[in-house]
Amino acid sequence: MNESPNRPTPEAFLRQAAQEGRGRLKIFLGAAPGVGKTYEMLTDGRHRREAGVDVVIGVVETHGRKETEALIHGHELIARQAIVYQGQSIDEMDIDAILARRPQLVLVDELAHTNAPGSRHPKRYQDIEELRDAGIDVYSTVNIQHVESLNDVVASFTRVRVRETVPDSILESAEIEVVDIPPDELIERLKDGKVYIPAEATRALNHFFSKSNLTALRELALRRAAQAVDAQMLDYVRAHALAGNFAAGERVVVALSEQDSAPGLVRAAKRLADALHGTWTAVHIETQRSQNLTDSERDRLAETMALASRLGAATATIPAATVVDGLLAFAEDARATQIVIGKSARPWWFELRYGSVVDRLVRNLGDIAVHVLPGDSNMPIQPRVRSARPGRWGKPADYVWTLAAIVACTAASRLLIEFIALGNVALFYLVPVMFAAATFGLRAGLFAGLTSSLAYNFFFLPPTGTLTVNNPENVVSIFVLLGVAIVTSQFAARVRAQAVLAQSSARQNAALAGFSRQLTSSGSQEELMHAICAEISRLFDCRTVMLLPSRDGPQVRAAYPPENRLEDIEKAAAQWAMDNGQPAGRGSSTLTASDWLFHPLQTTRGILGVIGFAREDANETLRSDQIPLVMSLLDQASIAFDRLTLEEEMQDARQLRERDRLRSVLLSSVSHDLRTPLTTILSTIHELRRTPSEEMLDTLEGEALRLNRFVANLLDMVRVEAGALSLRVEATDLTDAVSAAVHDTRKSLADHEVILDIPPDMPLVRVDARLFHHCLINLLDNAGRYADPDTPVRIECRRTPFGLDLSVVDEGPGIPAGKEERVFDTFTRLEGSDRSKGGTGLGLAIVKGFAEAMGLEVFAKNNIAPFGARFTIHVPATTIVSDIDEEAMQ
Amino acid sequence: MTLRHKVLIVDDEPHIRRLIQAALARADYAVIEAENGRIALELVEAERPDIVLLDLGLPDRDGLELVPIIKAHSTATLIIVSAREATEEKVTALDLGADDYLTKPFDTNELLARVRVALRNRLGKDGGVAALKIGELEIDLMKRKVMKAGKDVHLTPKEYAVFAQLAQFPGRVITHKQIMDHVWPNESEHHVEYLRVLIRTLRQKIEFDPQRPQIIGNELGIGYRLQSPD
Repeated sequence: MNESPNRPTPEAFLRQAAQEGRGRLKIFLGAAPGVGKTYEMLTDGRHRREAGVDVVIGVVETHGRKETEALIHGHELIARQAIVYQGQSIDEMDIDAILARRPQLVLVDELAHTNAPGSRHPKRYQDIEELRDAGIDVYSTVNIQHVESLNDVVASFTRVRVRETVPDSILESAEIEVVDIPPDELIERLKDGKVYIPAEATRALNHFFSKSNLTALRELALRRAAQAVDAQMLDYVRAHALAGNFAAGERVVVALSEQDSAPGLVRAAKRLADALHGTWTAVHIETQRSQNLTDSERDRLAETMALASRLGAATATIPAATVVDGLLAFAEDARATQIVIGKSARPWWFELRYGSVVDRLVRNLGDIAVHVLPGDSNMPIQPRVRSARPGRWGKPADYVWTLAAIVACTAASRLLIEFIALGNVALFYLVPVMFAAATFGLRAGLFAGLTSSLAYNFFFLPPTGTLTVNNPENVVSIFVLLGVAIVTSQFAARVRAQAVLAQSSARQNAALAGFSRQLTSSGSQEELMHAICAEISRLFDCRTVMLLPSRDGPQVRAAYPPENRLEDIEKAAAQWAMDNGQPAGRGSSTLTASDWLFHPLQTTRGILGVIGFAREDANETLRSDQIPLVMSLLDQASIAFDRLTLEEEMQDARQLRERDRLRSVLLSSVSHDLRTPLTTILSTIHELRRTPSEEMLDTLEGEALRLNRFVANLLDMVRVEAGALSLRVEATDLTDAVSAAVHDTRKSLADHEVILDIPPDMPLVRVDARLFHHCLINLLDNAGRYADPDTPVRIECRRTPFGLDLSVVDEGPGIPAGKEERVFDTFTRLEGSDRSKGGTGLGLAIVKGFAEAMGLEVFAKNNIAPFGARFTIHVPATTIVSDIDEEAMQ
Repeated sequence: MTLRHKVLIVDDEPHIRRLIQAALARADYAVIEAENGRIALELVEAERPDIVLLDLGLPDRDGLELVPIIKAHSTATLIIVSAREATEEKVTALDLGADDYLTKPFDTNELLARVRVALRNRLGKDGGVAALKIGELEIDLMKRKVMKAGKDVHLTPKEYAVFAQLAQFPGRVITHKQIMDHVWPNESEHHVEYLRVLIRTLRQKIEFDPQRPQIIGNELGIGYRLQSPD
């Protein structure tokens, strides 16, 4: 993955945040035993104590040195804790005692110490981490040989390998103070017996304390301290995304081209980075020239980049106007300290004319070292194969045409030479020159000028048949011919360029017009987003994606071609673009490791989201000349979004009014339907107290049942509207369903005869028995309420080619014309219907809700003879259980 | 009957307990009450009730958990009391061994009828019901004969198996699973549609009006129940 050096990385924030609130760690780092780390730590501790800080000593090893012991006096000592291991008692730091004591600062000697088995943590640095987690600052000491990453290095020249190591991460989270004395002085102290020698070192004592070793250790310690400072500063820089050169460690940037020598450069850069203990990045600067690379050159470049990646480099491809510009910008971004470039393969005269990349780099880079390396001599030289393509030199056919025109001109002049003056023949030659210059460009024009003057000279100027010129006047003619060729070609070329420009802006205008047409025809936000993605994708031949903010970060809402997996880095880029209103991703200056380039979509309400672009070939991005068009398209898109938002708000306002109306209808309906039976029940009970009567008890029961049914319907309706119906679909016998429904509605249908018209061979249907039952109950209730008294209610079941229809037919006023659909709306009670009939307006809405949840349809229409309403549940063929395997059954 | 039957009401609503208690006391049952699962289990052990009316919504534990415990520790007939929506819960309880269920809200007549059915099944449990008569339909389980209005009705073995199972405990609901386990013991996957078709052909043969079945009643989404004999 690509390391993008100039962005606030989440990890950097985390590291910073983790440090806040935690205790700080200061490490006194020494090159070797005896340099006075403990002494330094105690002195520092004493200063802190004198400054009013609550300091205690966790562990200090004085090794019997008097000066050191003297410093302990005055400090509070936390008694060590005895750990018994294999019969031996070993004193270890008492971490619980320190935690309970809660000092501001604790001094803990020997960071690399290994605790006795049975202690809380195996290593002392883990104890220290726990203390820091509790918010206690810690001072500690360590020698450079204990640092994990340097363990090998130290062992290689001191021949002493220590087993107690401290992870580098501990050092990176700490402030480091190097306790340094010159090697000579240390050797002096050793001779005076002032140095405590660790057990591992006694064998190789003299070797370990040799001056060369001590010098090397000292250098390591100093460098490690510098590295830690650098890492912390980098975190700070990354967390705050500061630009500028903060280099403290070395960062090598190698610029790669498609040239054969590039792999050699990569290896050289790797060696340089290793030698400097630095990080390195391989970068390819993509310029206009890159568009003209042949396939094999592209392949070679990709291989070189892959090689760099394998060797541990971060890689980047940066589009820029020129190699120098790109490299300068990248060096700044990456805070490079060293730049490696290859020796140019261009001829000397090219650099004389255009200036060399090296010169310009060195002039502009200030304090960055530039290494110019020759290519690998052992790399096989591959022939550069160029595909034939139009360039500044034009097609060979151009020259053939030019030549033909000159030949024709020469032939015509030969014929006319009898009649015209020699000087005018030169004018004839202007025709092919201007023709070539205007049609084929500068080079062809020059070619025509040169050829014409040669032909004029050869065929017409005396002595004819040679290229010598006798008359100086005629030399002038030749130069005039050439001059005309040059001037005409320049003008023609400019005109052509303008024509090309005009053509492309015409294309842009057409694109914009088409784009806005597409956008205005989109009716919803989703449609609009898809239209934007599809159009941009078509116009720029790229992949396009649109993201809107959500609780879990940017979310893909539309894409063309469909795309929903974005890498984390891409999401980070999208998020950044969203937060900052600036482009991010490949080709921008932020999070360039993302394959996508994200542009924010700015509307009048702020940033709506981002649009991302990517090429099929992830290494490429939008060309710089496409950016203005993209920007105007995005402006169009923003306007379209604003329009849509406005429309939606108006729509919302309408819906809100409608909802308000419905709510008041609901309130009046609910209060009426709940209160009516309650009132009846209360007054009946009141009456009953005085005169008990069977009839009143019946009333009571009826009203209670009505209330029960209403509450049940209300609950059902809430479930339908919340979409919370869980279906338990099983094969159901319509006979069961109908007879159960008829049984349950016998009270509301007491005045009606129920006629069942269900053929015995009706198939089973796959429905949720309970929901289906409620559909039927509500239809029967409805019939009982609206049918004329003493008329029959019919339940009909019919097979149709499309499935099966179950109808409830009553004889009554029927449904008012044109209201067939509306009867199923919530709280609709049709005009002319009587409130006293006690309908809630919920029943039919429940029928529709339940039926649709099961994949059934409901219709209402009027029955003609006898007149009345007919409600039909349509069971589609897919819901019918096809013929049962009778044999399997038996 | 010299001994009064003992009914345990398990419900956390005092009003409901009082109402049921009044109805049962009037019908001369001895009634004890429990307001939560813990007390219920204690009373099941200590008082050995004949019938337990168990509400599934208890404050201290899921009523469903109690079903197997009560069935394992006593011989009481267990009737589940639960809300209308909880079809799934009722089926689970019945399959776990509960004997019957009542849907809230219910009236006391229905309650008393269920208790009566439960007690009758309980009395006949050891020997089983040997023969019964529902209207003009007669079933002799010993002779494996079914008579409708005095005429022999011919049933296929599967039809008879279902009918006999329902007839063994008339008035009590038998779940789909219980029937299918009994009739198609070797089918690993149950097909409710087989059962529906079987019941339909059975009704054609034994019901007087197969469009309005009176003898084999359907319990929505739960199972079937044979109408109580006269």
